[in-house]
Amino acid sequence: MLENIHVALWGVAILKFLAALLLLLAFAMLAQRRLLTLINLLAWQGAVLAIGTGLIAFMTNQSELWFSAALTLGLKALLIPVVLRRLLRRLKVRGDVEAILNIPLTLLAGIVLVIFAFSLSQPLSNLSSTVTRGMVGIALAAVLLAFLMMITRRKAISQVVGFLAMDNGLFFTATSATLGMPMIVELGIALDALIGFVILGVFFFQMRDTFDSMDLQHLEKIREE
Amino acid sequence: MMIYLVLACTLLGIPLLAIWGSERWGAWLFIVINALTLLAILALSARVLQSGSFTAGDDQFMVDDLNMLLVLVDGVVGLGAAFYSRSYMVHEIIHWSLTPGRMRLYHAMFQTFLSTMLLALLTNNMGILWVALEGATLSTVLLVSLFHTAEGLEAAWKYFILCGVGLAMALFGTIMLYFAAQRTLGDGADALLWTHLDAIRHQLQPQIMAIAFIFILVGYGTKVGLVPLHNWLPDAHAGGPSSVSAVLSGLLLNVALYAVLRAKVLTDGALGTIFAGRLLMGFGLLSLLVASFTMLRQRDVKRLFAYSSIEHMGIATFAFGIGSPIAIFAGLLHMIGHSLTKSSVFFSVGLSVQSVGSREIQRIHGIMKINPFLGWAFMLGVLFILGMPPSSLFLSEFLIIISTLQSQPWLIPMLLLGMGVAFAAIFPRLQAMVFGSIPQNAIRTSTIGNIPAFIQLTLVVLLCVFIPLILVQWIQHAASLLQ
Amino acid sequence: MTEATILQIVQIIFVLFAAPLLSGYIQMLRALLQNRRPAGLWQPYRDLWRLFHKESLVFTDASWLFSFTPYLIFAALLLAAGIIPILATGLPLAPAADIIALVGLFALARVFQVLAAMDTGTPFATLGAHREMLIAGLAEPALLAALFTASLLSRSTSLSMIVIHLEQLRFALHPSMVFAAAAFFMVLLAENARIPVDNPATHLELTMIHEAMLLEYSGRHLALMEWGSMIKLLLYLAIGVALFLPWGIAPVSNVVALLITVGILILKFVFAGLLLALVETLLAKLRLFRAPEFMATAFLLGVIGMLSYFMLGA
Repeated sequence: MLENIHVALWGVAILKFLAALLLLLAFAMLAQRRLLTLINLLAWQGAVLAIGTGLIAFMTNQSELWFSAALTLGLKALLIPVVLRRLLRRLKVRGDVEAILNIPLTLLAGIVLVIFAFSLSQPLSNLSSTVTRGMVGIALAAVLLAFLMMITRRKAISQVVGFLAMDNGLFFTATSATLGMPMIVELGIALDALIGFVILGVFFFQMRDTFDSMDLQHLEKIREE
Repeated sequence: MMIYLVLACTLLGIPLLAIWGSERWGAWLFIVINALTLLAILALSARVLQSGSFTAGDDQFMVDDLNMLLVLVDGVVGLGAAFYSRSYMVHEIIHWSLTPGRMRLYHAMFQTFLSTMLLALLTNNMGILWVALEGATLSTVLLVSLFHTAEGLEAAWKYFILCGVGLAMALFGTIMLYFAAQRTLGDGADALLWTHLDAIRHQLQPQIMAIAFIFILVGYGTKVGLVPLHNWLPDAHAGGPSSVSAVLSGLLLNVALYAVLRAKVLTDGALGTIFAGRLLMGFGLLSLLVASFTMLRQRDVKRLFAYSSIEHMGIATFAFGIGSPIAIFAGLLHMIGHSLTKSSVFFSVGLSVQSVGSREIQRIHGIMKINPFLGWAFMLGVLFILGMPPSSLFLSEFLIIISTLQSQPWLIPMLLLGMGVAFAAIFPRLQAMVFGSIPQNAIRTSTIGNIPAFIQLTLVVLLCVFIPLILVQWIQHAASLLQ
Repeated sequence: MTEATILQIVQIIFVLFAAPLLSGYIQMLRALLQNRRPAGLWQPYRDLWRLFHKESLVFTDASWLFSFTPYLIFAALLLAAGIIPILATGLPLAPAADIIALVGLFALARVFQVLAAMDTGTPFATLGAHREMLIAGLAEPALLAALFTASLLSRSTSLSMIVIHLEQLRFALHPSMVFAAAAFFMVLLAENARIPVDNPATHLELTMIHEAMLLEYSGRHLALMEWGSMIKLLLYLAIGVALFLPWGIAPVSNVVALLITVGILILKFVFAGLLLALVETLLAKLRLFRAPEFMATAFLLGVIGMLSYFMLGA
């Protein structure tokens, strides 16, 4: 816990800045129209995450966290966005995101979720020391915004980006609230993310073969009888 | 050592099946692997019955009475599904023109699913539990969309997204749990080990545990199929092969509920109130009622029984919510009985659908005449799932009603309403499906494939009528762990 | 005259003569980034000099408002220049207005500009006036939300007090300030007619928002209006720098540190100008009906900043 470890104040300030940046990126993704920019924002989120993990590794002298930071950088900031961009090209998806609600309404819903996340994490803020105060709330808000992004999109790829953004938010929660999960768990989570991603790739091709389009409207045919 | 043996048997199967799963003897390989796993499980259970619970691998793996029960059920149903899959897939391969590559994928993913279930049950680490459940979800996504139909793809997509979101919530809950545990247990992997957490559960910070439990319940509850998070379940069951539906209903739902229960024990210890129990009761009752009423409108036979799974998991969750010793005992018995019965029902349903060539209930009739063996298995399976004696589900439902009478009598009408509506939804259709004339173009499918169904149904009867004392004590021990 | 008064006058003169330099610097950066030959740092000075020496033509049908407005805007902006703590905090004019009144001052200038444009009665000017009010109407709440976050943190609405307080929180980077900064930057782009809201270098009347209102001015009136725009940009950047990069500003008593302050200030403006030029080069101009979405995003970011402070104490 950050209470027990003597931590430089400047480090905590930067960490809070990174948390705010994470939420800012999540918000920007929510307000975004173009798919390519969406993927770039996701890559930036991964980078912010990696920097945050590296910072905590530096401040608390936990060598395993360096490895975790490197893994995050390689996977979330580089590999996954690159693969997504290639998928975008190969599947010949049109660049626009079609949202179910218009953007100001989506942003308003986002604000409501942010309020919800902040209020939910208030008891947690009161319990932790001043240094971690607020970070869990911000991370949870980022998770919920990504969740909103998933629900209000039509294109399959933007739902996947929302899913990955949610994963990023959760990772940051783990890093900020508990200084990272045990190594084995983090490895497991990373492995799951990678495999999930591979499966999604396979799935996209199946979808394209069956429907000739990546629009999720085709996937809404099953109705309750 | 024993734990490693079980895990090794099942995990080694994955690469073997990935390479040789499409050979003519690939299905036999599948059966053999699961038979070996079951033998290892039986040895493990003998050890547990003799010497009680123990941990292995530096406390990373753990066996106690509770998860041993579920592991045993897993082994049995797993072997049954493997055996069934051999005969079932012969027809499906021809019908859908499945390539050898896809058969390898099918067998490898199926084995991965079974392994992750066992891993989830045998691990002591709440984080690894999450990883295993996520792995189980991922391995079944491609199984659901195996036939590459529009419906299958949609079902798989919904499954992936909804369960993915649910598991993300569960991960948040797990992180909160770790957060609460760190204050007492310090950093490091030990803070996520269940045995350690159980020891200090009264020292966990109540507010954090409450938030953690809510997220874990919502998260893993999505995988249990609790209403209103159940949307993926009917589609996933209907879209894929019946062997997959059988293990989804029989194994996955149980393991997810197991995860919720482990968290509930910690939450009860931390909070000291019936907060967790009330939540479980609420979700359980809601699932029971919604599922029962939705069953009335179903026209697809596999969706019908998928909703039946939701209904039964709702009943079990409700029982665990009540929290009295009888209720927990009944809940565990219900989980075991449902697992065995529902998978056998899906075995029979799968073969019936193959015979008739359609999943619509109206077009299925005369099963008894097409294949008496199948017809009897089908009829008995469905009667047992409806809670008719001598099914163990009758016993567990009866016990649940009694414990509800004792603690929350005003809920009895709702409970009975749910069960009654479910009965009314299925029973008339059962008659129509089993009896009547043979439909046109009906073919006679494999008989051997349905042997597991009969074996499992026999086990279910034994659980009700002739349950050995050892087993009763075993379940009672497990129940006591949950209080 | 006391030190403080001298410093006050120095600040106003500094703003007056540094504004064209800042504009020239940003234009030069944009040209360099876009691979064009820059016109030079001192070009705005040359432009203003040329305009002042030209004849100022006025419509025969225009009222007194038309010729009065440039002077009014110039005076309002100079007053704002005196209030905002650029060189030092606690100057004599600082208590004259808090941030809300400051926003009101800018609004006053804008209202008169719009009225004067409509006064001419030409279609393009009226078009520009309507669009300007659309943007401004949505930008003001966003600006206020961003500024309120800062004032909540320092428990005061006086800009001087805010800056003093924020400077003392040496390394406390508040997440709420990050959101407020993002919101403020977006409002800056909107209010100063920068890409992506408006293109300041456009010559196509149908795409103009701010420029359209200046179409009918000439000679010294145009010079004053143009100078006013440059001063407004400097002032907005100064507010941003004061709120979000407050380190290095000195209270009025310390004159030796003043030189250091000026040095640091120049550095901050160089950085801010670079950021502005980069953003302008990398983004494309939004279509007009997307501009409200842009402002809505800015507003909601400001609200998140406030929420972040209220509910999380961060």
